Amino acid sequence: MTLRRIFIIATICFFGMGLLISQANAFKGSYKVGAVFSVTGRASFLGDPEKKTVEMLAEKINAAGGINGKKLELVIYDDEGDATKCNLAVKKLITRDKVCAVIGPSLSGLSLAVIPVAEQNKTPLVSCAASYKIVHNEKTGKPYHWVFKTPQSDSMAVKAIYTHLKNRGITKIAIMSVTTGYGASGRSELIRLAPEFNMNIIADEKYGPKDTDMTAQLTKIKGMAPAAIVNWSIGPTQVTMIRNWKDLGMTAIPLYQSHGFGSRKNIELAAGAAEGVLCPLGACNIAELLPADHPQKSVTMDYLKSYTAKYNEPLSSFGGHGWDALQLVVDALSAAGDDKAAIRDYLEKKKGFVGQHGIFNFSPDDHNGLTKAAFSMVIVKDNDWALVD
Amino acid sequence: MEKITLASQLLQYLITGLTVGSVYAMVAVGFNIIYNVTEIINFAQGEFVMLGGLIMVFMNVAMGLPLILAFLATIILVTLVGILMDRLAIRPIRRPSVLTLIIATIAVSILIKGTASFIWGKDPFDLPAFSGRNPITFLGAVVQPQYFWVIGFLIVTAVALSIFFDRTIIGKAMSACADNPNAASLVGINVKQMILLSFALSAAIGAVAGITVTPISLMEYDRGAMLAVKGFGAAILGGLGSFPGAILGGLIMGSIESFGAGLISSGYKDAFALIVLLVILFFKPSGLLGSIEISRIKRF
Repeated sequence: MTLRRIFIIATICFFGMGLLISQANAFKGSYKVGAVFSVTGRASFLGDPEKKTVEMLAEKINAAGGINGKKLELVIYDDEGDATKCNLAVKKLITRDKVCAVIGPSLSGLSLAVIPVAEQNKTPLVSCAASYKIVHNEKTGKPYHWVFKTPQSDSMAVKAIYTHLKNRGITKIAIMSVTTGYGASGRSELIRLAPEFNMNIIADEKYGPKDTDMTAQLTKIKGMAPAAIVNWSIGPTQVTMIRNWKDLGMTAIPLYQSHGFGSRKNIELAAGAAEGVLCPLGACNIAELLPADHPQKSVTMDYLKSYTAKYNEPLSSFGGHGWDALQLVVDALSAAGDDKAAIRDYLEKKKGFVGQHGIFNFSPDDHNGLTKAAFSMVIVKDNDWALVD
Repeated sequence: MEKITLASQLLQYLITGLTVGSVYAMVAVGFNIIYNVTEIINFAQGEFVMLGGLIMVFMNVAMGLPLILAFLATIILVTLVGILMDRLAIRPIRRPSVLTLIIATIAVSILIKGTASFIWGKDPFDLPAFSGRNPITFLGAVVQPQYFWVIGFLIVTAVALSIFFDRTIIGKAMSACADNPNAASLVGINVKQMILLSFALSAAIGAVAGITVTPISLMEYDRGAMLAVKGFGAAILGGLGSFPGAILGGLIMGSIESFGAGLISSGYKDAFALIVLLVILFFKPSGLLGSIEISRIKRF
């Protein structure tokens, strides 16, 4: 019997010790931040790296003692690329999980769909999607009060491409786009900004996100002989179209891709056909190429190293949008605490935030905080990126 | 760069259309084989194509098997998936009606897609082209060598199937099941085995389509659904159940898409194919080469 009693007492002591130790290590409360990403489904190439990135970042912050001695608690939901699920997830985060800010969603369409939820519940939302409409209320011409976003707008990528074309003396261009939200948004920006840069769009071709071949569209473009082609798509189609462009012997017509091309995987998949393709990319994509005195060099290199070490997969620039969104909220939390209005006001005044995708300067009129300087033109050379001067 | 002439452009549209159409045709043939024997539409048909592509990438690129070995291994594996599908999802259904069987195929397609996304992840995969990527110029139009493989395999499949159905006992037994399953079982044909065979065959054809198209368009886990929709449209266009109809339907669908995209508007190219489909069904409800008599006695 005594043996058993000793065992019980030992067990109790053991657990008691554990409890004491864990309490000694515990944070003084926590900050709850919500996140909604398209981790699975059609846009998983966005949501998956975003989720991994914010989890890694939160782990790092908590390991370093949290924010103001409080634990950063992330509540992450997967919207599966579905607007209804996304809407429900944001509502659940705000009303049930009582988070002080939401980061995400990954997709433009979904972000637009949840703007009313964030506005009604007076909760800051930092979207990780590209469309400029997310931070531009067409009725008032100003940003939505509670909504911010970290990715560069399509319009900045278009301006970067058009500036480059203009410097080369090219004005006659053909555009191609995929019939998804991403492609349609890029296409409308290409058309909207064309007069400003004296661009003459002579062909405007489209294709579906799961199309097997774009030879027909490119043949039509070839017949019109433009001086350059600008293609706006993500996913496998942007690789297929590059191959078709090469096969049709159109390499003499320079091909510009959108910033959605920013993954080395695409160069690899193009199997040599991507040589000479140009695209505008954020610092995050080209961390190794940046000169040592570049302001974003240390942030991007740090992210690149820790991400590849932790997940053993190539870095995706989309994860960088998640990094920027969470780090902004973390800065706000450490400066202003977890009051929703205080976070919002802090974000709106934030200047000189060095992120993965640019140096953000927010203002009441600009809830994105970036300019076209956030993009560098890059060319595919020897199956890798190279900076274009 | 010299400007391309209109004639070359038209030729290019035709070649592209026939290539894309060949893939649709192979999917449509797969639909027909199962439909003829069981009267169900197999919604997992596109998933066979996707599996064909991805398993081929695994065999050829990851395992480093030579092309022919990888090709055979892939077909055998996908055929096995088709057989398993029949044994595990179709046959055990206790009181099969056409509707419950179709729902079972939808479930299988979701299962296959989910499994594929677990195994391969969500990124697209590339397969080296069978005979290089150096395009051939023909009258101003550019032809990828892989196009010949796609069209060639469609021809091989069509010839092999017609020999199988017209010249072999098993093939004739399958046709008999298609005509009248009750009478077929009365004369001693094992209808259950024929159903199993139909799933095996259409899985194999789906795999061939997937293997040949992957070097052109890459392959990822969720491409099956789109190919199934296009292939189904082709099967309907040609007349559900008719093999020459499926091939004709596929080639027409592909060509309309290609010409529509090139000559009118690329944004509406899927719509052109659907409009033509609707118009043809309006004038000939059984499809181009389908017969009304046969479609009347079918339950679906």
